[in-house]
Amino acid sequence: MATEAHVQHPNYVKIWGILVVLLVVSVLGSMTHIRNVVLIAAFGVAVVKAYLVAKNFMHVTIEKRWVPYLLIVCLLFVVILFAGVSPDVMKHSGLHWSNPSANAPAQPGAAAAHE
Amino acid sequence: MSASVKPIANTRSGTGIPTARLITWWVIASEIVIFGGLLASYIMHRIGHPEWADSAAHTNTWAGAFNTFVLLTSSLFAVLAHKAADAHDGPKAAKLLRLTSLGGLIFLIVKGFEWTADIREGFVLSSGGFWQFYYTLTGLHGLHVLAGMIIMLVVASDAAKNQELQRVECIGLYWHFVDIVWIFLFPLLYIAR
Repeated sequence: MATEAHVQHPNYVKIWGILVVLLVVSVLGSMTHIRNVVLIAAFGVAVVKAYLVAKNFMHVTIEKRWVPYLLIVCLLFVVILFAGVSPDVMKHSGLHWSNPSANAPAQPGAAAAHE
Repeated sequence: MSASVKPIANTRSGTGIPTARLITWWVIASEIVIFGGLLASYIMHRIGHPEWADSAAHTNTWAGAFNTFVLLTSSLFAVLAHKAADAHDGPKAAKLLRLTSLGGLIFLIVKGFEWTADIREGFVLSSGGFWQFYYTLTGLHGLHVLAGMIIMLVVASDAAKNQELQRVECIGLYWHFVDIVWIFLFPLLYIAR
């Protein structure tokens, strides 16, 4: 069975070139050791790269509409997980509570404990 | 089932999307939750433990960057294979899929050297929270790369005979997703220090 051609293929080599340039930007940005530059170079560029791959290589934007909806719903699940759990994980104390074990030094693994 | 009868995944298109591609999207959707959950857990722990920066400083940025380049290039080969399959050029699609698979192999070899160096320096799974996430995230991702390579070689062997060309796009979608996961792993594990 032949594949169903549903895509107008863009210039993939050009898109790959843009992705490689963005990779170089993220590596060079990380060398500045300036916090905001590193964060933008690392995560801002990662979001752009992921968008370019999803749009041009996976053709998400020309897929049936409910496919991106499905992917967005799954991403929302991840956001809900983060929103629900992160306050307990990222903060080690609050107004009426504290989590002293979070500040305790890491315990060695079971094998190391027996040595 | 006789040899001439195609499985339902190849012939049915109840949603307007060929069922094989539909299944691939569902796999990717479930993988978003798996990797997304792990990445979200890592991010919240990383923010809660600034001291993990000392551990993160030991990862090799150049190896991570090289592997990113390898995966981006293999994704290019995968999408060019899709284009060749659309043009009913099975042998060319097969050749490009094998090149994609070779990219996966190079990625795993580099990752193997990295892990060996880390372990020789004493950074193992029990060395702390950062290293637990590092080995879990890169290990799970590596398993996905390995699975993709194996499936891709099977698809390539059929494509070389101009058979089942619709599978070329499906394995390509999976491979691009694995690439996207690495696009986020690279800054999280190799750049943010």
